[in-house]
Amino acid sequence: MEYIPQIIFALILIAGVGYFTSNIRKMIRNIKLGREVDRSDNKKERWAQMARIALGQSKMVRRPVAGFLHVVVYVGFVIINIEVLEIIIDGLFGTHRIFAPYLGGVYDFLIGTFEILALLVLVTVVVFWIRRNAMNIKRFTMGELKGWPKNDANYILYFEVVLMSLFLIMNATDFILQTRGVEGYAHAGEIFGSFPVSQYVAVFFETMTDSTLIIIERAAWWIHIVGILIFLNYLYWSKHLHIMLAFPNVYFAKLKPKGQFTNMEAVTAEVKLMMDPDADPFAAPDPAAMEEEPASLGASDIFDLDQVQLLNAYTCTECGRCTSECPANITGKKLSPRAIMMKTRDRLEEVGAVINKEGEWKDDGKKLLNDHITTEELWACTTCNACVEACPIGIDPLSIIMDMRRYLVLENSAAPTDLNNALTNIENNGAPWPYNQMDRLNWADEL
Amino acid sequence: MSELIKVPTAAEFIAQGKTPEVLFWVGCSGSFDDRSKKITKAFVKLLNKAGVEFAVLGAEESCTGDPAKRAGNEFLFQMQAMMNIEVLNGYEIKKIVTACPHCFNTLKNEYPELGGNYEVIHHTSFLKDLIANEKLTISGGKFKGKKITYHDPCYLGRANEIYEAPRELIEKLDAALVEMKRSKRNGLCCGAGGAQMFKEPEPGNKDINIERTEEALDTGAEVIAAACPFCNTMMSDGIKAAEKEGKVEVLDIAEMIASAEDL
Ligand code: HEM
Ligand code: SF4
Ligand code: SF4
Repeated sequence: MEYIPQIIFALILIAGVGYFTSNIRKMIRNIKLGREVDRSDNKKERWAQMARIALGQSKMVRRPVAGFLHVVVYVGFVIINIEVLEIIIDGLFGTHRIFAPYLGGVYDFLIGTFEILALLVLVTVVVFWIRRNAMNIKRFTMGELKGWPKNDANYILYFEVVLMSLFLIMNATDFILQTRGVEGYAHAGEIFGSFPVSQYVAVFFETMTDSTLIIIERAAWWIHIVGILIFLNYLYWSKHLHIMLAFPNVYFAKLKPKGQFTNMEAVTAEVKLMMDPDADPFAAPDPAAMEEEPASLGASDIFDLDQVQLLNAYTCTECGRCTSECPANITGKKLSPRAIMMKTRDRLEEVGAVINKEGEWKDDGKKLLNDHITTEELWACTTCNACVEACPIGIDPLSIIMDMRRYLVLENSAAPTDLNNALTNIENNGAPWPYNQMDRLNWADEL
Repeated sequence: MSELIKVPTAAEFIAQGKTPEVLFWVGCSGSFDDRSKKITKAFVKLLNKAGVEFAVLGAEESCTGDPAKRAGNEFLFQMQAMMNIEVLNGYEIKKIVTACPHCFNTLKNEYPELGGNYEVIHHTSFLKDLIANEKLTISGGKFKGKKITYHDPCYLGRANEIYEAPRELIEKLDAALVEMKRSKRNGLCCGAGGAQMFKEPEPGNKDINIERTEEALDTGAEVIAAACPFCNTMMSDGIKAAEKEGKVEVLDIAEMIASAEDL
């Protein structure tokens, strides 16, 4: 009978981690719906970029207030989670503070540090909540955040408050029980851990009986660990996937100059053939090329985007730094790079849901283009790269916009009329205006 | 200018059995647009003064394909690119200078994969080097002490991380450089990029060039320095809309240096 709590704990742990793993598998499956893209180059530079931007938060702190607050939550959360390891071992083996005897003074230092960080995280999260809900900061109040995105952002903050509070309550009651020498908590007169924060929380519990305290301590312990497992499983549905994906996402981000757009290889082959005077226009096409399904040029759905673009969509924190720098958005156009990322993720989830249900992809009659992202948004982009520069975690909304424009023009010939005129001019006389190419040097006569 | 400046073509160089030091890529705007032609002419005067042996392609030059590419017409872009590469490689061009950040970006970043490998330099970096090598002197002249703000072109700044060369030139003019609220990597686009120049803007509550011009005017500058012919057009339109013509000038950095030198 005495093993029942341990067995229950083990089962909860297995269920929690198991469900999380299955969701992450689905996410990876969904990302693989995209086109393959080779980012195996420049490994050293990629690691360095990840260390600087993700681990080192270098682009976060460009907005000093939000950046500083985030560093607190980030560092706090990561370090406090070392404690989760002990919690899991204690839970599985029915021990109490198993690391303490091995670490001695270091243990006291660690627990003390965790407590201080927990308090800092708590305060920071409250400030985050105020910024989001009471301060009317445009990037947090825009229409595209209505509904789930706004709730999601707040739920995460509530989660953190609850987890940090439970951690402190657990320590406070544990501290009293240790001091009172209650069985199961006492260690031959020694106090395991130091409690710079929770000793003040303990004030509220001091008058309670041992048995009440044990109930509170156990309850806090259980809710805390179950809470962490729920949080873990919540990630997949939330913008909070970024706490894991930020790292691979920054690793795989583009290293080339921002102005360098990809040259489409399929087009190169065709253009080379057209320009080659020796090419036989009636020659039978390469049989290997015939077998492949002709891929569409550009992107109209998530299948046409590459895997890094889809990873980008899952990683986006919906922070809106991109949108707040976007010249189109600033001047009231419909385009919002954040919305481009959110819509891409929505569509990816929509496709994923069909696969979950049917076991394979069956056309649902919808697409990313038009059903989620409109041409009006796509044509408003000036390709200025402000969104790419602003994103603290290496997301490239512009590349998605460009791929979709390519689809519009190359597959649908659907450019705005005046733009089409300019393109026709380039085709006919080598300039976007209707001037004769022979006149290109006329300015030299005016010197 | 009394003496006539000769603008030789690459074909003329080859005919004489010579190769030019550098090819000046003029670009469509610099070739045809009346306002941008002034920038082209100012830059040629500076090249001439510095004794640079340059050539142009003249009628053999064609659009780099930048607007086609950003509009999504990859096919047209690559056609343009391959035609241009054929011409450039035919003349064995190694080094290109251009006053247009769009041409600069395309030639430098997007041509190599298609077979066009050149050292490509923006005219602000080129001028900076000429001055550093004492081929060209620069003095404040009429810009001395004037308040000047500099607008970062997206395709020079963020796209290729050239922020300092243009600023150094402005400082060499003894002008007082004042930064806009959004500058360098945070600079706001003028609204022309991504082929927007050639279409009507989408519905919104303001044109981008108006927003940017207001930001420039907020600095109290008398001159808005530009380093891109398209930005120049957009900001000049913004100045017209704000009814500040005659009070605030939009000038390319090459024009500023040339006029400071009375060229
Ligand atoms: C691993 C632990 C992490 C935790 C616990 C964490 C936590 C959080 C929280 C609570 C928010 C919401 C802030 C708000 O409500 O405004 C947030 C936002 C954000 N996080 Fe993280 N984060 C982590 C890692 C990272 C990493 C590695 C990056 C990469 C740079 C990152 C980038 C961001 C960004 C860009 C936002 C939006 C911030 C803004 O509004 O400016 N996070 N994070
Ligand atoms: S590149 Fe396009 S979407 Fe991104 S900030 Fe510029 S205009 Fe907006
Ligand atoms: S793309 Fe980047 S900057 Fe934009 S909302 Fe997402 S995380 Fe923030």
